[in-house]
Amino acid sequence: MDRRQFLTAAVAGGAFASLVSGKAEAQADAIQTSARIIIIGAGAAGTALANRLVRRLDGAQITLIDPRQNHLYQPGLTLVATGLKPANYVVSDTAKWLPDGVTWLAEKVAAVDPAARTVSTESGETLGYDWLVVAPGLMLDHDAIEGFSLDMVGENGIGALYAGPDYAARTWTAASRFTEEGGTGIFTRPATEMKCAGAPLKHTFLIDDIARRAGNSGKMNMVYAAPQSSLFGVPIVAEKVRMLFEDRGVDTMMNRTLTAIDATAKRATFATDGGTEEVDYDYIHIIPPQRAPDFVGQSGLSWADKWTDQSWVECDMQTLRHLRYSEIFALGDVAGVPKGKTAASVKWQVPVVEDHLVAAIEGREGTQTYDGYTSCPMITRIGRAMLVEFDYHNNLVPSFPGIIAPLEELWISWLMKEVALKATYNAMLRGRA
Amino acid sequence: MKDLTFGTLIAVFEEVFGRGLFWLMVAAASVVTLGYLYVLIRDRAVSWNKFLFAQLSMPVGAVLAIWFVMVMTKSHLSDLGGPVDIIVFLGIAVMGAIGMAILVYTLESLLGSKRTKH
Repeated sequence: MDRRQFLTAAVAGGAFASLVSGKAEAQADAIQTSARIIIIGAGAAGTALANRLVRRLDGAQITLIDPRQNHLYQPGLTLVATGLKPANYVVSDTAKWLPDGVTWLAEKVAAVDPAARTVSTESGETLGYDWLVVAPGLMLDHDAIEGFSLDMVGENGIGALYAGPDYAARTWTAASRFTEEGGTGIFTRPATEMKCAGAPLKHTFLIDDIARRAGNSGKMNMVYAAPQSSLFGVPIVAEKVRMLFEDRGVDTMMNRTLTAIDATAKRATFATDGGTEEVDYDYIHIIPPQRAPDFVGQSGLSWADKWTDQSWVECDMQTLRHLRYSEIFALGDVAGVPKGKTAASVKWQVPVVEDHLVAAIEGREGTQTYDGYTSCPMITRIGRAMLVEFDYHNNLVPSFPGIIAPLEELWISWLMKEVALKATYNAMLRGRA
Repeated sequence: MKDLTFGTLIAVFEEVFGRGLFWLMVAAASVVTLGYLYVLIRDRAVSWNKFLFAQLSMPVGAVLAIWFVMVMTKSHLSDLGGPVDIIVFLGIAVMGAIGMAILVYTLESLLGSKRTKH
């Protein structure tokens, strides 16, 4: 055997060994069951879980219920809304990610009857389940902002990047005009729990950076407005953001909740502690209040004493199992836990629910727990970001301690967000990360 | 990030460069590497004559690699913010330099030049 043959053999052997061992592992683990599992929602959480369950279970009837034909890579919306990526960067076919052996019902859920263990859809179909995973995502309550409707996005200085890829692209139309013409830009966030609390900050940082690069920083009056009294839920991160805002000259309006806009007069109304306040703007970015889909509250799955206006699913913080119905789990945005409405959280939640669900089918107790892990690659300008990772206890939990500092603006963190995150996300959807 | 597997890494690189370009680059790198091994085995020795030119081309390779990554990731030199950034940056430069040296050595061996003809 000469050197080349040896090398070829070594590479081929290694590749073959990894294939064989991967396959053998998956088959050895598979559990025989005829359980009927319904997953409401084929977003990041539902899809990732389905892909993992088909490898763990043999014979289970897994049904996903979700009317959405398009899967959205939501972490990309901030990039679309600043012209860094096109709208189709975040869109793919829902069907593309679903594994063989599951049934996808493209319908909207109307109600869950947890006593009878059934789910009914808006077309009137009723399905029975043994196990139910509630992962429909959340609802953006745009109607809660008086005077605002989605058709306004992109014109008269109005942006709303959360509303979807097209709205994110239209947000950039309005925002890019603002970065050229200058004026007052107001960047809001809602009083409710929300997806990725870093996104409103990222949008602020990026628009400021783009204006700065265009040489227009002198014309910009950047204002970040929030109902909360701090800039971020995790105190140490809030303090860092405060310093960055000071450095960039971004003003803040804390304890103010956006309640209405007058699109013609370009005037925003905020509720304050004692009353209301009106502020004129040239650009406003609107993130509406966010709540669980209606069926969650109406089906009696929500907390009775927490988030009563938002109806998140009542579940255990560590296992995401429903506190009153042990055959129901919550996953993703809809889960009534203090943190974790991000794709990064989903990545850590899915294996936990998988563990407890499979264990329950086997008649034992699961062992894995979710401790609130959330990650936010907080872009602070094009080319730099802070990789902020934290848990329920507001502790920083860096993935690469000593290498990637969490509160430092780094190029490598930008590389992760800009190029590596979508690939990692896709791997998660396939249940492989 | 929870875990980083080989499969994830491949997926990441496909994302960075686009699937077509990435595998084209892998193919190109493999061809050059195989060519390099071929001339090493054929000649049974490293030719220091050829290596001189390869060495001189290394800085060019380093700069090209950096330029390529910066353009692909919408970054600027001023974005380097901490020690790990410098390490990644130098790593890219070193890889570009070594790649270029191998390429030049292989080309010179295969195509030959007056200077290095025996």
